[in-house]
This record gives sequence, C-alpha cells and structure tokens, in this order.
Amino acid sequence: MSTTTPGHGPVNTTTVGGAANGDVATSEVDGHRTSVPMPVGRFDDPHQQPLTRHPRRTEAFIAVFMLIGIAGVAAFGGAYWQNATPWILGVTFGIGLFGLGFGLTAWGKYLMPRGPFVEERHTLASEPDEREAMAAALVDRTGIVVKRRRLLGGLLAGGLGIFGIVALFPLLRSLGPLPGNTLNETDWRKGTRLVDINGRRVHKDSMMPGGLLTVYPEGFQNTDSGQAVDQTVLIRVQETDLTTEKGRETWAPTGYVAYSKMCTHLGCPVGLYERELELLVCPCHQSMFNVRNGAVPQFGPAPRPLPQLPLYIDSQGYIRSQDGYNQAVGPGFWERTNQGNGPGTTET
Amino acid sequence: MSTTDTTRPRTRREAREAHGRYGRVQQAVNELDDRLGVAKGGRTFLDKIFPDHWSFMLGEIALYSFVILLATGVFLTLYYVPSQTVVVYHGAYRPLDGIHMTQAYQSTVNLSFSVRSGLLMRQMHHWSADIFIASIVVHMARIFFTGAFRKPRELNWTIGITLLILAILNGFIGYSLPDDLVSGTGIRIAYSILLSIPFVGSYLAFWLFGGNYPGDIIIERFYIIHVLIIPLVILGLLGAHLGLLVRQKHTQFPGKGRTEKNVVGTPMFPTFMAKTTGFMLMVAGGIGLLGGLAQINPIWQFGPYTDASKISYAVQPDWYMGFLDGALRIMPSWEWTGWGHTLPWEVFFPAVIFPGLLFNLCFAWPFLESKFTKDTGLHNLLDRPRDRPKRTAAGAAVFALVFTLFAASSTDVLANFFHVSLNVTLWFFRIAVFVAPVIVGFATWRICLEMQGGGHGMGKRKRALVVSRTESGEYTAVASEQRPGDGHHELDAEPVPRTVELEPVAVGGPRTGTTLDADAGVRRVNR
Repeated sequence: MSTTTPGHGPVNTTTVGGAANGDVATSEVDGHRTSVPMPVGRFDDPHQQPLTRHPRRTEAFIAVFMLIGIAGVAAFGGAYWQNATPWILGVTFGIGLFGLGFGLTAWGKYLMPRGPFVEERHTLASEPDEREAMAAALVDRTGIVVKRRRLLGGLLAGGLGIFGIVALFPLLRSLGPLPGNTLNETDWRKGTRLVDINGRRVHKDSMMPGGLLTVYPEGFQNTDSGQAVDQTVLIRVQETDLTTEKGRETWAPTGYVAYSKMCTHLGCPVGLYERELELLVCPCHQSMFNVRNGAVPQFGPAPRPLPQLPLYIDSQGYIRSQDGYNQAVGPGFWERTNQGNGPGTTET
Repeated sequence: MSTTDTTRPRTRREAREAHGRYGRVQQAVNELDDRLGVAKGGRTFLDKIFPDHWSFMLGEIALYSFVILLATGVFLTLYYVPSQTVVVYHGAYRPLDGIHMTQAYQSTVNLSFSVRSGLLMRQMHHWSADIFIASIVVHMARIFFTGAFRKPRELNWTIGITLLILAILNGFIGYSLPDDLVSGTGIRIAYSILLSIPFVGSYLAFWLFGGNYPGDIIIERFYIIHVLIIPLVILGLLGAHLGLLVRQKHTQFPGKGRTEKNVVGTPMFPTFMAKTTGFMLMVAGGIGLLGGLAQINPIWQFGPYTDASKISYAVQPDWYMGFLDGALRIMPSWEWTGWGHTLPWEVFFPAVIFPGLLFNLCFAWPFLESKFTKDTGLHNLLDRPRDRPKRTAAGAAVFALVFTLFAASSTDVLANFFHVSLNVTLWFFRIAVFVAPVIVGFATWRICLEMQGGGHGMGKRKRALVVSRTESGEYTAVASEQRPGDGHHELDAEPVPRTVELEPVAVGGPRTGTTLDADAGVRRVNR
C-alpha cells in the first residue's frame, strides 16, 4: 500500500478522537513489515455521504421498487403454482427481478458512499535483474540439462511426435467415412422409376403442363440419401417452349423435364416455382434457374445450371430415368469433376 | 440455552463482541486467514476500484446474459432429446398431430408446450443468446474506440475476440438443435460451406457429419459441442478475461485526479457489489420480460426437418449470422474449374475467407496499431474517440461494412417492401458494400476533427447570459450566477478508508467547502 495519494484531502491528516482511531494498520511492502497508517474515514466525510440530496426520499423510492419486486417474484411463484401461461410467468418473473435489481442498483448508486475513491496502480513489471534471472534459468538450465542429452531429447520429441500423428489421424478418421466418390453419386440409375414422397409412381398422364412435383428414385423416397442428394423436381412444360441443348433431345419426353432439386450454390432445395416466368427460385439466396432452358442460372450466386435428369416413358406409361445424373449434384467442392454416375457425358 | 451457563454470552451484543470489535466476522476471518492467508489480499480485493462510467457496464451485460444462458440451458437439457430418430407426434400441440418428426424436434415442442415454464425458459435462452452476442459486440466496440486494447491489454483483447467467435459458433449450433425446417436448412448451408474449402473440405464435412449430408448423428454431435465443449472453453476464457482484468486493473477515462498510475471510482464492496448485483437482476428481469412477451423462434410454425426437400420462404439465420448470409447473397457466381478440380469462390470467399480476414484483422489490430504509431508505451488512460480520428474512422468503416452485409441478408424482403426488383437490391448492396465503408470512414474522420476543434466545455450546460442595455445604447452580456447543478463538482479521490467512524466527532466537525446534507446527520448510528 502506498502512503502518498494524489488528491489526498486534508481529512486523513486530521487527528480525530476516540480510542479506536488511534489504531494504525500495518501493511507489508516488499516483504518488510512496515507501519503504514491506513486512512480512517469519518461518517461526515463527504466521500461517505450518499450521492442523493434527499436520502429519505430516495430510500422510500427504492423501497417502492423493492416492494414491486417482492410482489413480482411472489406472483411468479403463484403463477407457476397455478401453471399460468408463459407470458404471465415471464411478466411476473421480469417485474420481480427487475424491481429488486433496480432497487439494489439505486441503493448502491444513490445511498452508498459517493466517493470517489482511489487505488494506486503498481507496475506489474519486475526489476531488470529478476527478468534476467528468469531468462537465465530458462536458457542456462536448458543448456545444461537438455543439450548434454541430445539423444534423450530427440527420442522424446520423436515419440511424442509419432503419438501426435498416431492419435490425431485415427481420431479424425473414426469420426466418419472418407468421401471417396460419394459426393459425385446419386441413387438414380438406368431405368429407375420416378416416385413421389409417398412412393407413388409417376404416370405420363398424372400432371398437366405447369405442374410440379418433387420426385425420388423408387425405393429411396424416405431415406436420408433420397432426401439429401436424390431429390429431383419434375416439371411439365409445353413441349414447344423447351429449348433443348444438344445431346439432350430425348431427355424431356412430352414436356416432362427433371432437374436436381439441390441448388448448385449451397445445396438448399430449390423449392419455389415462379410459374409465369417458369423460373425455379432458391429461397436461401435467390438463385433463379430457367426451367425451359436447361435450368441455366438467370440470377443470383449459383454458379452452374441444375443438373438435368434424362427421362423416358416406359411401355406402361410410367416415367423413368434414362440414366443417372451426368455430373455431381449440389454445391461445388474441390474434388468435383463433372463426372456423375450417369452416361459419362460432360456438361455442354 | 441454559440461563445458568455464565460462559455463554447472554445478550446479542455480548455474542457479537466475544471475539473482539468485529465479533463473529472477525472470528471467521481469523480462521480462514490461519489456513489460507486471505485477509490482506481479500481486503485489497474488497477495495478494488471500479471506474464509474456507463460504458463499463456493457461487458457486464455479456457476463450476466451468459449466466442466464447457463441457468436456462441446464433447464433445457433436462427435457431435450438429441436424437434424429423419426417418431410420430401425438402431443399437446394439435396442429402437428400425426406428423413425422425427429425426437429432437418433438422434445423441443414438448418442452415448449407440456413442461411447466418450459416455453419461458426456451425463449429466455434464445433471447439471452442474442443479447449475449450483441453485448459482446458493443463491449468490443467500446474497447476499440477508446483504445483500451493497447499495451498491456492486447492479450485480453485477443481473448475477447475469441470469446466473440465462440459465442457466434455456439449460437449457430444451438439454433440448429431443435431440428426444425429453418435451422435444418441452416445446417445444410453450413455443410456446403465446409465443402467449399479446397483440398480438405469434403473430408471435414464427412468427419463432422459422420458421412454425407444429413447423416444421422449431426444433432448428437452438435448437442455435445453446444452444451459441453464450447461452454467449457468459454468458461475458461471468461475466467482468464476477468482474471486479467483484476490483475491489470481497469482502464479509466482522463479526469480530475486520474492518472496512468491510479484508478478512481467506486470500491468493490459494498457499492460496486450492490450496483452490479442489482444490474444482474435487471438483466435477468429484462430477459424474462422478453422471454414472456416476445415470441422468438416458434419452431412449431416452421415444421420439422424430416424431409430435406422442403423449405420455407424467407429463410434467414439469427442476426449474428446475417453478415455472412448477406456476403453469400451478393457475391458473384465465380466458380473456378480446371485440372479436374472445382474451387467454389462464390461460397469459399464470402463464408470462409472474408470472416477469416475480418476476425484476424481484429486479432492483429493492437499489434498493427502499435507498429504504425510506433507507440510501445503502457496505457491505462482511455482515449476519447475523437482524439484518435484515424482509428475511429477505421473502426466505423469496418462496422459500416459489416452492417451493409447484414442488411444485404434481406435483399428479398427489401425488394418486396420497396416494390423494386431483386436485381436492384442486389446491385445496390454490391455497390454499397464498397462505398458505405469509405463514406462512413471519411465522415467519421471529419467529424472527429471537427469535434477536436470544439475544445473544452463542449456538451456541458451553458450558463445563461444576462444581456443589458446601457443608457447610451450599448449592450453588455454577463454570465448569470452559478445555479445549483451547474458544472460538475467532483471531490478529490481518496483511498478507501480502513474503517469508518460512525460516532459524530467533537473535533473538526463538518469540513468547510463541502455540500454536506443536513439529512445525513439523521443516519448516524449511535451504539
């Protein structure tokens, strides 16, 4: 504790009466027990006075808040007992704690000693020789202990290093499988029937032009992979409206066109269909894909068209896929190569 | 108590004084001090001075909302089931009756509707999470603009930034736990962001999710990360944050009697203790009011996420993820392909590189600033933001950038509201994200310079001028008399006294020149 204080008023140098006031507190400085008189305050010291000009009025004011607080917490207990609705619980809880808290804060701010008080800030830094002693201990002792035993040091470092690698890789590896080619594949195969979420097969007469349906490969409609990577949106458009790309002439029989429902931006389901403009819209970041024109992105951050699923209509009139997607569906990733498990054609 | 036992104290006063002047408290202190040596350090701690400035309260909001997060979070863990097993709902909320959903979603709906005070606790948890992160940001802004991060406090600044990142991460993960339609889409986006990282992205995504999206384990993993791993790290860093604060003591604004070598304010006990405990109760009460009155994240309206092909309109994350969502929206679709590889810049830049740069700039700022200003001294007195126009301008520019991105996360809503096309809002934000920081930074810099010219007395109450006219027609203006409340009379700061004598003293009497209140005499205690 320091004895000198900037802004030290005359208070503490004034000798005040009373036996107890003769007490001198001792304080330890740098390991030497020295007698340092700690200041003795008096009640009529302005630092000890409340900030408020009217303590009694303030006290009454605070008491009102505390009473409101007590009423609030009591009401909260009652409301809880009666299984009241959440908003009554919240209001009673809130008013109760807020009332008590406001009262307590005001008590501290307006009725407790106003101060201001001061505290010395001692430098945290050590003396230069102590710093040097620390550095010396680190460097010299290391030199003596380790440098003479290079073999042991090397063995220890090697052992811990091997353990680090051995421990890290299996730990990560046991968290999940390696990606392999999983991200490039879906469950669509040659001749897979299209079904809706309930497993009903899609017939060529089941949709009118302008209709839209989310379809899955038969057997995968309620599986994780079915919903995550296989989800496909089937739209029927006027056949004459379609602008077919080269190599895709047979992919959209009688105006049925199917695109992966996973947005090529971040994989959100492209769930909004703007019927008049025939745009598929992703609700996440507003990428728009032109249904008539191979789902080429018209707007937004999506970098690629939605992959198109080649379709055909079988002899009984059910819609099937000619093959899988010819590229990975969904967002981009480092290993993505435009090679799906489909016909092996590349993007045109 | 036996009346014949004379060794026992007979009155309360005797009992109190059996162990000296301070009675049983003295005894307890002695016993503790014999074993742990707490008296000296404890006394110093009780005297620890907290500067009186409202801006020091912002960090307290963060601290106390974290306390509420822990309390309400423990309650929620008693009822929440972290499982992606699909069940059929037959519960209190009739509109969802018979619908397939995961146990995570079912248990969240159940704890909202069937557990007493469950909905209040869940909404308080969500509100306090939002307030926690908001108060960290505002607290950080205070630290930044007043230069409180300078030497010797760089370490505490970096701990604070780490806490902000952890809070944002845990907020996002907690938001995902109910497994509702909106948060499920958020998890999908997080997976795709992981995928976008070159070389290792697909491995990271597969290891975190235990396979391709969605897998059946991510909710369990998010749960343990959310309730154990990140909270533990936050608690540890919070302890270090506060420990460093005590060790290095508070900064303070310059003012009467305040130097680099002292701290002026209010002692820990009892004044600050009363104010801060009261403030904790007020924060809890405020969050309770929000939790009771303001609906947040009504997952039963969004529906469950058992069907990954479903999605709702106007998908938006919690506010603290907004700037990333906005960055993703306005980024052009620049994907690089070649040599059999794909680098999705349209995701990797806005969602990985940009936040990485932003937070690393925050981490590095104290060191960058001291390098450029060549200021390696220790600082305990705070800067007025206007006195450091370049720093203030830089901070304002970064805030403008982040706020523009935040606003850009609602391009679709804004387009609807103002009846303009999405294209207009998109290009507005693409331009604004570059222009706004420049304008805001320059304006801030100019305003700082203007304010510096204002000199002393700015913002203080002006004294009225009495204008009078002499017979010869000359006007004179004289300042009026000082009125009560004019100016700011601060006493000299004194050390916290060892003891306060309650008896009125004969010698001295009330000192002159003070504003002793007559009422105060009433409060003297006569023993």
